[in-house]
Amino acid sequence: MSLASQMMEFFRRKSKAILGGGEKAIEKQVALGKLTARDRITTLLDPESFHEYDLFVEHKCTDFNMDKKQLAADGVITGTGNIEGFPLCIFAQDFTVAGGSLGLMHARKITKIMDHALKLGIPLIGINDSGGARIQEGVNSLAGYGEIFFRNTQASGVIPQISVILGPCAGGAVYSPALTDFVFVVENVSKMFITGPEVIKTVLGEEISMEDLGGARVQTEITGNAHFFAKTEQECFEQIKKLMTFIPWNNRKKPDSFPPKPPRPEYDVDKVIPTNPRQPYDVRDLIRAICDDSDFFEIQEHWAANIVIGFARLNGETVGIVGNQPLVLAGVLDVDSSDKAARFIRFCDAFNIPLITFVDLPGYLPGVDQEHAGVIRHGAKILYAYSEATVPKVTVITRKAYGGGYIAMCSRHLGADFVFAWPTAEIAVMGPEGAANIIFRNEIAQADDPDAVRQQKVQEYTEKFANPYIAAANGHVDAVLNPDETRETLIHSIQISHDKQEIRPQRKHGIPPF
Amino acid sequence: MNEDQSKKALVIDDTAYETRFTTKFLRRKSYAPPNPKHVLAYIPGTIQEIYVTPGQQVKWGDSLLVLEAMKMRNDVTADIDGTIKSVNVSQNEKVMKNQLLIEFE
Repeated sequence: MSLASQMMEFFRRKSKAILGGGEKAIEKQVALGKLTARDRITTLLDPESFHEYDLFVEHKCTDFNMDKKQLAADGVITGTGNIEGFPLCIFAQDFTVAGGSLGLMHARKITKIMDHALKLGIPLIGINDSGGARIQEGVNSLAGYGEIFFRNTQASGVIPQISVILGPCAGGAVYSPALTDFVFVVENVSKMFITGPEVIKTVLGEEISMEDLGGARVQTEITGNAHFFAKTEQECFEQIKKLMTFIPWNNRKKPDSFPPKPPRPEYDVDKVIPTNPRQPYDVRDLIRAICDDSDFFEIQEHWAANIVIGFARLNGETVGIVGNQPLVLAGVLDVDSSDKAARFIRFCDAFNIPLITFVDLPGYLPGVDQEHAGVIRHGAKILYAYSEATVPKVTVITRKAYGGGYIAMCSRHLGADFVFAWPTAEIAVMGPEGAANIIFRNEIAQADDPDAVRQQKVQEYTEKFANPYIAAANGHVDAVLNPDETRETLIHSIQISHDKQEIRPQRKHGIPPF
Repeated sequence: MNEDQSKKALVIDDTAYETRFTTKFLRRKSYAPPNPKHVLAYIPGTIQEIYVTPGQQVKWGDSLLVLEAMKMRNDVTADIDGTIKSVNVSQNEKVMKNQLLIEFE
């Protein structure tokens, strides 16, 4: 064979494989408002940076006439590339090829690129767009899923793992994203569920659309399964690019530093907090008044909004921020907010990202629904995550820090390195009204004018205990700060914690209250 | 996005805090103690057979009906001794979880 014909053969094979499921299938994909798998990769990655592997992989199934079917690249594109210069491994399921269904070789391509990512110590991005298991391949297709889940778990806490849901992701397939660190969804495109509307209708007689069962809004607002919501695939890719700038390549590195920037002047730390302690404010305004360029990258914005989590920079260095949100449910801890914060704290701890906690909460949310939903077990997650974390931990108490909520929000007692309080802080076992009603119950009941006595006792309690000075007198708080000093103090405390070491007892692993 | 934008009061330890409520919080069900005289569907499914009629005396453990769910025939039995007041479902009817099936007097 001449060189020319060898080259011709190469181009013929390559162009055929690159076309995926063919022009008709591509037209269908585009008509659904979706990019093709290949376009998704090239749009997301830096120009010319994508290098593809395993383009010529073929399935080995012979049952059900599958031996007569060729599936381009077996329905998944894998390779390496860069985002904003960051190296990473990536795979994208190709819905135009047999509905992106997962057979054994399809799965083996994914596990191969996952193994690369883990060995090379670089992040993994998976773009999911698949009808599910390739039924013709039977149990081998299930084996493929299992091998992916196993690697997701091995890579957890070693390299960042990102899942992008750009199409259906149903049945067992949902568990790979569920095991990864960040899940991105797009309105009208993403659909995630264990059992679809058809099964639900047959078995239970309940009718529901795919969007209402497991669409992007449901996953970001109701279930908390997804972390980022976007209206278009393009917006979703911009979110991923931004996330990449905040996180390190792997657990042996720190995130990249950026040039320091002051907060923007429109965010004034002195003006965020209302004078009346029972009035709400948006804790994100406080975060923006303190972080570089007032740029706060929020995670899970629409779920369990009574706690706020996300990344920001202080003096150019990434920090993970957790803050009670007085604007929603008074900033209480409950089942969902504990779950949300705990997972984020563990991500930051695994990837060497210092934690800053802003505290302003009246406690845990009371209610039968909360107790029966297991607020004890779920609430314990946040205690576990903070206690376990060995990254620098700095806490700022701005207003209320009452009872169990005070302990849970990265108190000194859970191992915070530095605890600061503002003069407006109230660190106490509970709010003055509740405390006075209990401590002075008899005096109030026996008084001629119970209301007047109650008012007086509340007043006394407030003056004596609703401040930061008793906690400071006991050394539970390291310094009472003028709010103006907060940014500078946080930068200093993170800087001097750069080489922090904390030795934990040796063990295989802890047993967090999952 | 998923919270009610109007300010409400959330009372914790006798203090009312001005704040917004989430949809989930607003939709929470208020607790009602279980009524032993109500037989509810503990799983959604289809009524396959009904063994009792109104006015009938039954004893604890007697079969009341068969509720088929997830391809399993579940024998629903009486939790108390008593008289059937009403049977609120018919054969082959699909029922939702917690739907009232039978009432005792």
